[in-house]
Amino acid sequence: MNHSRDLSRNRPAAASADPETVHGHRGLQLEEPLLFEIDNPGATGVDLPAPGEFTSRLGTMERRGGIGLPSVSEPEVVRHFTRLSQKNYAIDMGTYPLGSCTMKHNPRLNEKMARLPGFAAAHPLQPESTVQGALELIDGVAGWLKELTGMPAIAMSPGAGAHGELCGVMAIRAALDDREGGPTTRRRILVPDSAHGTNPATAAVCGFAVDAIPSDGRGRVDVKAFADKLDDDVAGIMITNPNTCGLFEPDMVEIAELIHEAGGYFYCDGANFNAIVGRVRPGDLGIDCMHINLHKTFSTPHGGGGPGAGPVVLSDALAPFAPVPWVVHGEDGFALVEHADDAGDAKPFGRLKGFHGQMGMFIRAYAYMLSHGRDGLRQVAEDAVLNANYVMARLSDVMTPSFEGPCMHECLFDDRFLKDTGVSTLDFAKAMLDEGYHPMTMYFPLVVHGAMLIEPTETESKRSLDDFIAVMRDLVARAKDGDAEAFAAAPTTTPRRRLDETAAARSPVLRWTPEDRTAEAAE
Amino acid sequence: MRYLPLTDGDRSAMLDTIGVSAIDDLFVDVPESARFDGAFDLPDHMAEFEVERRMAALASRNVTTGDVPSFLGAGAYRHHVPASVDHLVQRGEFLTSYTPYQPEISQGTLQALFEFQTMVALITGMDVANASMYDGATSCAEAVLMARRITRRNKAVISGSVHPHYSAVTETQAKYVDIEIDIREPDLDGGEDLAGAIDDGTACVVVQNPGVFGHVRDLSSLAEACHAAGALLVVVVTEAVSLGAVKSPGEMGADIVVAEGQSLGNPQGFGGPHVGLFATRDKYVRQMPGRLAGETEDADGRRGWVLTLSTREQHIRREKATSNICTNSGLCALAFTIHLSLLGEDGFRNLAMLNHARASQLADRLSALGGVEVLPDAFFNEFAVRLAKPAAGVVDTLATRGVLAGVPGARLFGAGNGVDDILLVAASELTREDDMQALCDGLSEVLA
Repeated sequence: MNHSRDLSRNRPAAASADPETVHGHRGLQLEEPLLFEIDNPGATGVDLPAPGEFTSRLGTMERRGGIGLPSVSEPEVVRHFTRLSQKNYAIDMGTYPLGSCTMKHNPRLNEKMARLPGFAAAHPLQPESTVQGALELIDGVAGWLKELTGMPAIAMSPGAGAHGELCGVMAIRAALDDREGGPTTRRRILVPDSAHGTNPATAAVCGFAVDAIPSDGRGRVDVKAFADKLDDDVAGIMITNPNTCGLFEPDMVEIAELIHEAGGYFYCDGANFNAIVGRVRPGDLGIDCMHINLHKTFSTPHGGGGPGAGPVVLSDALAPFAPVPWVVHGEDGFALVEHADDAGDAKPFGRLKGFHGQMGMFIRAYAYMLSHGRDGLRQVAEDAVLNANYVMARLSDVMTPSFEGPCMHECLFDDRFLKDTGVSTLDFAKAMLDEGYHPMTMYFPLVVHGAMLIEPTETESKRSLDDFIAVMRDLVARAKDGDAEAFAAAPTTTPRRRLDETAAARSPVLRWTPEDRTAEAAE
Repeated sequence: MRYLPLTDGDRSAMLDTIGVSAIDDLFVDVPESARFDGAFDLPDHMAEFEVERRMAALASRNVTTGDVPSFLGAGAYRHHVPASVDHLVQRGEFLTSYTPYQPEISQGTLQALFEFQTMVALITGMDVANASMYDGATSCAEAVLMARRITRRNKAVISGSVHPHYSAVTETQAKYVDIEIDIREPDLDGGEDLAGAIDDGTACVVVQNPGVFGHVRDLSSLAEACHAAGALLVVVVTEAVSLGAVKSPGEMGADIVVAEGQSLGNPQGFGGPHVGLFATRDKYVRQMPGRLAGETEDADGRRGWVLTLSTREQHIRREKATSNICTNSGLCALAFTIHLSLLGEDGFRNLAMLNHARASQLADRLSALGGVEVLPDAFFNEFAVRLAKPAAGVVDTLATRGVLAGVPGARLFGAGNGVDDILLVAASELTREDDMQALCDGLSEVLA
């Protein structure tokens, strides 16, 4: 492990456009060392009472020696993390058009509701009679999701989208094993080449081989290529709809019929449900399961990388295999089924998570659902699609849309418009940082060259879209004017300029290390 | 609708710009048969205060651990979270940002994750930690998959000291990838022979410390036995605060440590979201699942942070990735980091010792009751007691009297698995004398 704690490195080493200041601060951009570098032994941010008389039961198992945690007072901790926060871009600050991530407004009502003591201070293993409100809420969220998707059953416990995929593919595996009376002989899962990386990774951790289906020239699943792959070795298909090109898969019903005829199951990746919520019930398309990212469509905050939640709706064919636990509603109120032995005729494939799932996310999503209602959710889908098409319409004369026709909630461009400019998709995105925007998703999906996937979401106003469009058009003009060097140097005004990711991976420094330990390691 | 900025005027102007006459023209790819124009059996939108009323009504139907004496633990613990923790995690720059894929404008999240990784490594006594997992149970499952990748062996022995949710999640995640999971019987006396269960096909032994029944054990000889057989030792910790008082898994020779971090910074929250901790030795870092923040420099030579070693991950490796995991539990990890920052070296140790003191005082009181036997001699802030009556009934009865007495063994392991008379009882810095008295009074009456 390498480490340097030279604080002078907060200042630029080389000549730079920035004026050099004593501590590296630049106006409101305040440099902040690691907490370990402001350690002040004897300081503390928490006061605790003395324990009083007690007999230790730890004996020789008591921890001796220093742990190495920094000691800092409360004001210093508050300032430290406030300064760190100011180095982040966020939805609260501006447009966040990160395709396939659905970065919509996160209502603060939802945060307030999740913090009601009746929810936050509830323990997951209290007697059921004392948590009827919590169980009713889970049942309520489940009911909304089933109704909106037109699906008969749901597994609530998965903790994220990829975890929901795991749940769905395991249910498929369990259903096949059950049907065949032993480990299924079906080895392959079909996954379009435009899929999120989690799809093939999930199929692999469920013991399946991944067989890629090509996209057709219109950005959709090539149905003929798909049909040609069908045989009795195919366990199922995983399709994202709307897909990662921002397009609705028009042949979903036909694909469902074909996969079912071949004896396989249909997994739908619901990452992009935001585009169709209230207008299309995925259950009407013939799917067997679909995860729903509550942190996308239902606006639970992304939190800098989770936590999310990924409940999975299930068809009648897969419902018996849903993992424990689940909520049931009987004469005595709500109850939990937590063990396979108590599952009656159901055959749960196991358990995916400790306790009962991401309750805090269920609360936030429920507040969001109630706030919008069935009318508001339909409007969500319509405005999300309208905003994406508006952006596409106003950029299509200067950028190159990858496919013709309207898009759904996100619009896909490729890098043909940058041909011969010397500016790459990455350079273009980094220039957007200087303009005060988080870039779109880049180089994904893999099916077009230099992809730029823009998802405005429904919570952007027309004015903010017009501002964004003006910036994009200006950047395109500058790129075409031969300003490649400036693009390559961007960003210049952000808290940090481009970071050396190659060096980070070559000799990883993954933690702070005190100097004496660094010295030892070097010897 | 308060969250939707477009007005009808905006909408029609935008449709004009696009060159279509109606919103339906943008949904042309949706086949006629798939369009839903019926009425959902759901309510229409509500005012903010109407939503609050509805949610408050649900919340009021829960008796919670703040309202009445509570001794619940078993993987989720009631601790005091300083006010500044919740304030800071609700700053929009943390709350409403995505995974830090654009490091130039995500240094806040990245530096906090780097601090988190450092703190997790320090408290577990390990070299390196990742940027968090969904929860402790999923971390445990990922540890077994990692042990298989490292050893190329396909058997895992799971101690009877391990929380049943952890072993169940591990068994589930292993079942379709040809890993044989050997879950031992509930280890009520803390004396099971795990060394004897290791053979040359064993990838790892998974043991929990403190165990689910509370026992605190020295795992050094088990670590030696594992290593002698070419297997790894995976140590599970369900109560992160214990690491302030109990010898660390790293000191005892663990190869992978997985833990639940909820106790620091995060509410019990009816079971989630919580935060999985995952730490290991330097030499195994490239086999680790999950995100990692690493140090580097920017174009001006300034120190900065990026997500690194992502060639292990699904968005690059697809079906060859070390795990299918995409996000982690970032905001919960941030809350953990802020709480531990406030505590600092002394505060963390003092908090842990205060927890131990309260549990020790509680054990003294319970030992004095008829019909109650405290099982472990060495424990941290939670321990199993054997009751003269089935524990589930006792807990239900005490709940009606306003005491949340603990977690019945049968709730975790299922009824009829030899633990029906076992009750898990936890204390923390928030446990008062009066609470202990209420539990003792209740148990005396019910067991009499």
